[in-house]
Amino acid sequence: MSNEKENNKVDVIVVGGGPAGVSAAVTVARGGKKVVLVERGSFAGSKNMYGGVIYSHAAKELFPDFENSAPIERFVTKHSYVLLSDGGSTTEISYKNPEHNKNAFVSIRAKWDRWCVEQAIKEGVYFAPDTLVRELIVEDGKVVGIKTEFEDYYADIVIIADGVNSLLAKQLGLRKEIKPKNVVLGVKEVIKLSAEVIEQRLALKPDEGISAEFIGGPFSGMFGLGFLYTNKDSLSLGLGVSLEDLKTKKIKPYELLEQLKSHPFVKELIKGGELIEYSAHLIPEGGYKCLPVLYTNGAMVAGDAAMLVNNVHFEGTNFAMLSGKYAGETALDAIEKNDFSSNQLCLYKKKLLNSFILKDLKTYKDVVKILTARSSSFMGYYPDRINEFFNIFTTADGCPKKSKFRKFVANFFKKRSLSELFYDAIEGIKLVFGILK
Amino acid sequence: MEEKQPQKIEDKLFTIKYKTDNQSHLIPDMSKCLQCLDKTCTIICPANVYSYNNEEKKLTVSYEKCLECGACRIACKHIDWIYPKSGKGVQFKNG
Repeated sequence: MSNEKENNKVDVIVVGGGPAGVSAAVTVARGGKKVVLVERGSFAGSKNMYGGVIYSHAAKELFPDFENSAPIERFVTKHSYVLLSDGGSTTEISYKNPEHNKNAFVSIRAKWDRWCVEQAIKEGVYFAPDTLVRELIVEDGKVVGIKTEFEDYYADIVIIADGVNSLLAKQLGLRKEIKPKNVVLGVKEVIKLSAEVIEQRLALKPDEGISAEFIGGPFSGMFGLGFLYTNKDSLSLGLGVSLEDLKTKKIKPYELLEQLKSHPFVKELIKGGELIEYSAHLIPEGGYKCLPVLYTNGAMVAGDAAMLVNNVHFEGTNFAMLSGKYAGETALDAIEKNDFSSNQLCLYKKKLLNSFILKDLKTYKDVVKILTARSSSFMGYYPDRINEFFNIFTTADGCPKKSKFRKFVANFFKKRSLSELFYDAIEGIKLVFGILK
Repeated sequence: MEEKQPQKIEDKLFTIKYKTDNQSHLIPDMSKCLQCLDKTCTIICPANVYSYNNEEKKLTVSYEKCLECGACRIACKHIDWIYPKSGKGVQFKNG
């Protein structure tokens, strides 16, 4: 080995300072091995954006005492599912369980990712911000290092956690180009409001928080949802819509967000607030069938780069953190055995298969396909009908109810052809059986 | 109240901090734009980076507004898409 190689060599290089990368790096450092965490932004989190939830089980697994010093905005104490209609009415289902109060919390990525990296540095991770990896160095069919804009660095193992666009996994041929139908574009506005106003409008106590999803309304007929999360003194309001739908329906994402903001239900919540930051990011939602190859000689792929997202339950940060941890553990095992071949690194995939991550993705493997194919019904027609039903059910206007209900039932079958209703039922049954089987 | 929650994308982008690179990291193959009917890049980009001038038949790329999401590289096969240089580009504070 040449001198340059010798001087610039560590045990493990992790590319990307998000939840997957930091978890991988800290796991390697805890095993007493030399690890460099490389981040293209000026600080961890500066390139990152999400809806807003970190799951406590994953945070605890990486940083058991996180609650004492982590930048937590609010714990999620209430979950709401809000069906919007075009006419401006809403049906809201809320769930609150005092025992679940610490299951998840909202945090701002520029703060959370940064905090995680600060902890990792304390535990021996060498952090290199402002460092873009242009490509991986591959010798004799094995990944041996990274090419940055400044120098080349070498390692026995490179953990690829460079996010949803993972140009590095692409370079290795581990993943195919993502199709527009398998990716969701998220746009978000963080709107400043006082803590008191937020608590009053959403019926929350101080420190309590809400996670809300908006279905139908502006998203009618699209594979998409709106979301609202509560920060300490701001709201994170946004949406995620399939890129395919934006493309074919020719809708600009920020105009769709304006439609959501103008819905009476949402408008009241954000009234008087001030936009403090607009942002956008992609979410890989292809699920189990679109997973890339997860490892090769000298490298593993974790987090969004490996497309590990459960879009039914909005889980992603926990998948990232735990896949990073498993990659770190696999790296330690490989170093112990001095074997960095894909034969050895397949342990990483075994760990993922044995965990909830690939089990859950398998459970929901058909969901995206069915929901995108039937989005006009499941994401449009039925939410509208539910709102219509509650409109009848809750209106006292001196007219007899029977004729209204008869009209509702007649309309239910008139507005959507019998064959469409039949296919909806079939696909709905497939969806449920696909999950349970 | 209107100014506090701007509706125009240009005004929304004013809330974001950028460290602008001196050269574009987005390089579309402009020879393909003439045949492209949909000009999808001008629709799906959340930062309105792409605009097409029909008279001049020219695509303008305001790369300095880019949020580095990657939507354009997935929606159009003819955009050479890389990240801005180390430390450059968007810098989210509330992502």
